[in-house]
Amino acid sequence: MTMTDTSLKPTATTASPLQLVSRYGVFVAFLALLVFNIAVTPNFLSWQTLNVNLTQVATIVIVATGMTLVIATGGIDLSVGSLMAISGALAPMIFMGKLLPIDNMALAVTLAFIIPVLVAAACGWFNGFLVTHFRIQPIVATLVFFIAGRGIAQVMTNGNLQVFKNPPFQFIAMGHIAGIPAQVVLMVVIAILAYCLIRFTVLGRQIIAVGGNEKAARLTGIPVRRVKTFVYVISGALAGIAGLIVVARNSASDANLVGMGMELDAIAAVAVGGSLLTGGRANIFGTLMGALVIQLVRYTLLANGVPDAAALVVKAGLIVVAVFIQQRADRS
Amino acid sequence: MLLSMQGISKSFAGIAALQSASLEIGESEIMALVGQNGAGKSTLIKILTGAYQRDEGTIRFQGKDVSFSSPAESQAAGIATIYQEINLAPQRSVAENIYLSREPRRFGLLDRKAMREGAAKVLKVFNLDIDVDLPVARFNAATRQMVSIARAVTQNARLLIMDEPTSSLDEREVEILFRTIRTLKQNGVAVVFIGHRLDELYAICDRVTIMRDGHTVAVSAMNDMPKMELVRHMLGRELAAFQALARDAGSDDARPVRLELKNAGSGLRVRDVDLSIRQGEISGLAGLLGSGRTETARIIFGVDRLERGSLHFNGSERNYAEPAAAIADGIGLVSEDRKVDGIIPDMSIRENMTLALLPKLKKAGIVDRARQDEIVSRFIRSLGVKCASPDQPIKELSGGNQQKVLLARWLCTDPSVLIVDEPTRGIDIGAKSEILKLLRSLADEGLSVLMISSELEELLAAADRVTVLSDGMSVAVLPRQQLSEQNLLAAMAHQIDGASGELA
Repeated sequence: MTMTDTSLKPTATTASPLQLVSRYGVFVAFLALLVFNIAVTPNFLSWQTLNVNLTQVATIVIVATGMTLVIATGGIDLSVGSLMAISGALAPMIFMGKLLPIDNMALAVTLAFIIPVLVAAACGWFNGFLVTHFRIQPIVATLVFFIAGRGIAQVMTNGNLQVFKNPPFQFIAMGHIAGIPAQVVLMVVIAILAYCLIRFTVLGRQIIAVGGNEKAARLTGIPVRRVKTFVYVISGALAGIAGLIVVARNSASDANLVGMGMELDAIAAVAVGGSLLTGGRANIFGTLMGALVIQLVRYTLLANGVPDAAALVVKAGLIVVAVFIQQRADRS
Repeated sequence: MLLSMQGISKSFAGIAALQSASLEIGESEIMALVGQNGAGKSTLIKILTGAYQRDEGTIRFQGKDVSFSSPAESQAAGIATIYQEINLAPQRSVAENIYLSREPRRFGLLDRKAMREGAAKVLKVFNLDIDVDLPVARFNAATRQMVSIARAVTQNARLLIMDEPTSSLDEREVEILFRTIRTLKQNGVAVVFIGHRLDELYAICDRVTIMRDGHTVAVSAMNDMPKMELVRHMLGRELAAFQALARDAGSDDARPVRLELKNAGSGLRVRDVDLSIRQGEISGLAGLLGSGRTETARIIFGVDRLERGSLHFNGSERNYAEPAAAIADGIGLVSEDRKVDGIIPDMSIRENMTLALLPKLKKAGIVDRARQDEIVSRFIRSLGVKCASPDQPIKELSGGNQQKVLLARWLCTDPSVLIVDEPTRGIDIGAKSEILKLLRSLADEGLSVLMISSELEELLAAADRVTVLSDGMSVAVLPRQQLSEQNLLAAMAHQIDGASGELA
């Protein structure tokens, strides 16, 4: 090997092709999918297509944003789907007066937005508590609510489907703000806030530092436990919001189905978006793109007559490719 | 001669780890293998066991030239290794561990009865009567070690390599281990004993091989090698790379004490340490590997809890539960292992440098980028960090430049006490003297520095006073007038005339 010269001069490193792919691959994939669809799928360039895709991806992006923060600390949150079910079960119970009768509808709807999200955040806090105080591996700690959460939601509703029609509440999924679906606005706002958290705040740096080297982070005085607990709380709260959107969209809450499989969609979006699952990085924009790519692949296959089941296989393939590229790029 | 390794050389990426090193061990001989970190002990052992392949040299084992291509091969030939972190499966039973991967079988199934009886029989040789069906995790460190040894014995090992076997044992357990080693010797097994506690080496070993900088520098019968001599061989002398740094002339004793440990203890590694750091001095902390230097620093900094004795900061008592508490008092720690405890590899130089300062850099939670940039560029300039830009990931820097960033991480918080653990380890000689000069000038400006070092030259050049640790206890404090290589070596070898307290 005659590479000793370059290794001695670390000041000007050039990214290898693999690193470039790892950095911009998801963006390229997104563009390729767009081009493919414009050429092949009929009526792709329409408001309706855009609307369908964005509204479908919104909940995934919202949950995946929280997941990105958790993964940045080197953790993982499997409970998000079940927390969506809890929040989705709770909201109709509040505005339909099943918990306690509230005469003022405006107040009832306001509480239906706030309480479920707080409850989901509290569940997230419990996840964080298990992880930080009992040093339980995140995958096991969050498995508790993954299993129990959906059960709790079913017990709360006696396993019944709650059907409702409540336009003020359903604004979160059906309404439009300046012509844009409300949930899409919410998704964009949340993604931007998370981006700013990582990019500009002290807490954001501390999240990355904890995931990058936890021992070193503790030795610089970073409150590791508090930082970790925080990300689980945020992840729980965002899952709660996503749960509200799902039930509002369906005009019904089925504790069996709300948020089913969401944890895996969110993790997939993070992985495809280029954040390392081992922590130390949080690429919010990547997560957004990752979720869009996964959504677009599914839409492309559906629109061209491939069944949903087959789309799952393609989704799995995407994840394998994304993770493979990342690991290779990191080694080079 | 059971084993003869001659002229062994090995380089990694062009850097020599071993240069013509040798190791000879007789039948049923207990050989001490000693040397500082990086002396080449573990590389030599890994070449012997086949974990690494040598570049040059010959290995003869039991009269035959051998060349093992994997640890499995050397094991089959009769060389077993017992590592510091004992390599047992903690949740499996004692018997299962002893026969791990060589389970006796009957009709293709595990023969549990044979396993149990075989295990009990081997353990009996070592006077160990335990329930072999219990999981290994249920037993103490010494017993676990014995299980490892029993496992080696059932593999018909002729040579047993023990890497710091006593590091996690208390005194009584060490005695049990030594009895076991003597039993092994009687049964014709030779032992390579890698260790740092001199008293233990003298108690158990027949001969000693001393390594330094990839060379075998001395081989001798244990009894013919005085402790002082042994330490001198281990530490050696670096070429006078840095001349003594000028110190300001003020009287040391007049300065106020910033930080003081009294009879401090924690766990097994720190037993009884007295230590003080005055304002504006470099207080050195010396001792052989395993003497408790790093552990003492961890207590001061709140990484480990002070369990016995007291810690005073500016006269008031403290017991830091977390590094954050020590940092709040203005204490900083640049740790020994940059990779594990220091850098956040993927983060930029800017972020790494300001990590400890961040809470003071915020306005409404948001990092004040202008101030951050100003501070980072000031320290990059004043410490001479060579980098492409502050945005460069720290992992791309050389060791010396990484160290400067980590020093800056604390200096930018304007600390009153800075602990530096092996501040010049693994960095080139030019950067070494730069860092020492920097520490000196910071001390002259009033910073209290605790400098942990295993390089005598470094302590002699920069320290105002040196506290010497041995086996978790402070055994001497050498004021500036008494600082000499001779005195340091004597104290490290723990040869103090008990009656007068004078150094031999």
